[in-house]
Amino acid sequence: MKRYLPIIALLFFASVPLWLHDKYYLHTLVVAGIFMLAAMSLNLLLGYTGQLSLGHVAFFGIGAYTSALTSLGFSLSIFGYQITHEPWPPFIGVILGTAVAGLCGYLIGKLAFRVRGAYFVIVTVSFAEVVRLVALNWVELTNGPLALPGIPPLTLGFEWTGYMTFLSKAQNYYLVLAFIAFAYVVIKRLVYSPYGRAMIALRENETLAVSVGISVTRYLVLAAVFSGALAGLAGTLYAHYIQIIDPMIFMFLNTVTMVIMVITGGKGTLAGPVVGGLIFGIAPVILRNYVGPEVQWILYGVLMILIVYVLPDGIVPAIERWFNRPPTPAEKNGSSLALQTGKGRA
Amino acid sequence: MINPQTKLSAPILTVEHVAVHFGGLVAISDMNFEVHEGELVSLIGPNGAGKTTAFNVITGFQKPTQGNVTFRGTSLNGLKPHEVTRLGLVRTFQRTSVFEKISVFENVLIGLHRRTAASLFGTLLSLPKERSAEEALREQAWEILRLVGIEHEADELGGSLPYGDQRLLGVALALAASPRALLLDEPVSGMNASETARFVELLNKLRSKGTTIVLVEHDMPMVMGISDRIVVLNYGRIIANGTPSVIQNDPEVIKAYLGGGIKHA
Repeated sequence: MKRYLPIIALLFFASVPLWLHDKYYLHTLVVAGIFMLAAMSLNLLLGYTGQLSLGHVAFFGIGAYTSALTSLGFSLSIFGYQITHEPWPPFIGVILGTAVAGLCGYLIGKLAFRVRGAYFVIVTVSFAEVVRLVALNWVELTNGPLALPGIPPLTLGFEWTGYMTFLSKAQNYYLVLAFIAFAYVVIKRLVYSPYGRAMIALRENETLAVSVGISVTRYLVLAAVFSGALAGLAGTLYAHYIQIIDPMIFMFLNTVTMVIMVITGGKGTLAGPVVGGLIFGIAPVILRNYVGPEVQWILYGVLMILIVYVLPDGIVPAIERWFNRPPTPAEKNGSSLALQTGKGRA
Repeated sequence: MINPQTKLSAPILTVEHVAVHFGGLVAISDMNFEVHEGELVSLIGPNGAGKTTAFNVITGFQKPTQGNVTFRGTSLNGLKPHEVTRLGLVRTFQRTSVFEKISVFENVLIGLHRRTAASLFGTLLSLPKERSAEEALREQAWEILRLVGIEHEADELGGSLPYGDQRLLGVALALAASPRALLLDEPVSGMNASETARFVELLNKLRSKGTTIVLVEHDMPMVMGISDRIVVLNYGRIIANGTPSVIQNDPEVIKAYLGGGIKHA
């Protein structure tokens, strides 16, 4: 049953545009999905290696700006040289945005994992702030606070297949859903492999992990690359969906949203960021019918505190414990490794 | 000085002129000793004599102030701990060291890290080669659990095992890393007599497979019974080096370390 849960969930979400025709609700789901994707990428670092990236929005924004600029084109002069870039198709922007964000993950990982824990948090926060200032002040490239408008929507296809432009809400919904499924499979294969085991080992007991031959830098950097690239991918989807981006994308609040999604859903579980992403992606829409925005923020705060207080591991591990109560806590098939079964033995 | 049962071969591990200073404190001063292939050498000495520091230097967890450690012809100078492990020199820790929130079986799978053949690309594509590599790894994990004798607890969490079994799991983790030489830091401390007996049995099994073992231990009856050779440290200095019977009768050892003799140890 548990094996098929992701597929059942996927089928259910695939059916949503068939019965949900309200464009606003679909829009909410698309944006929630994009942030869910970013939260999934954050979970790879925070949940599996135990390193908190509080500047995760930087990768998201870098992906968005890279893809936007690739598909819009730009012209700037550096040290007297004139660099002009003609617009390229948006799908190349998506690939480049993902790659550049992954590269940034590599650099930040190489730099920051020399100092782990609190220092890593500081480095990532600073990184995000520096990137935000660059986006704000390098007006020639990014248009600064005036934003980059008119980003073309994603178009896929070849001359012999015909082209498909992702314009409608439903189209974008399926696009995001497909990328979430893709990211889910990538993350799942990674964390259930020896690579993921090495990451979890480093999270659980670094000295012991090193003593059996696991290289700290190698696996933390690997996680940072994948995490950065997936966050960048989410950013590119955001840019081509919203079609306008400005430096506000680097808001610290966006990182906080991702962190809240991961922590409430359950860090270090595959389903955690999905569940957290759904709750905090949809909650604003439901709540807005009843209370004003100020009260909403208070309610999120209360909800967050409640969840962390009652279910410190997050929602998904709590549900799992509920279903796994009588039998053994860790199954032979290896599933428990990626799941925090820490306090699960009653 | 070497037990006649031990074949004389080139030393597998050489510690030359190693000194470790922590500020003004001399933890180890000019330590020299060799371990031969297949030997079981014990490092003994009073608390604070520098035994664990010696282990830390050998395995790359602590940089020596001076001196050199060579393992199978390779100098370990400046190598990181995981690189030392890759050369086949694997240690366990004094305090229980297992992955507490992870099942026993998966603990061993993590220990098998060095033996994994999966490529990143293949892993992401879930290629048959990677899946069969994973299958082979699981088989090896069972083998190690059976060798150590905790296979019936494979599904338990590492941290929920009885104390003695946690120590065994620690050794299983080290064994999984394919050691040519195994460094055990006080493996039986806190074990009861029957657990210790089981552990000695395991050590004998490992020796019969040709694993070189270096032991730091306070349990004198066990050390005297099992060691080919004993190196005695006091105040960071080697004061004796020889077979158990030689050590037992060494006046300096008796004076410095054993005090009134070994009978109460």
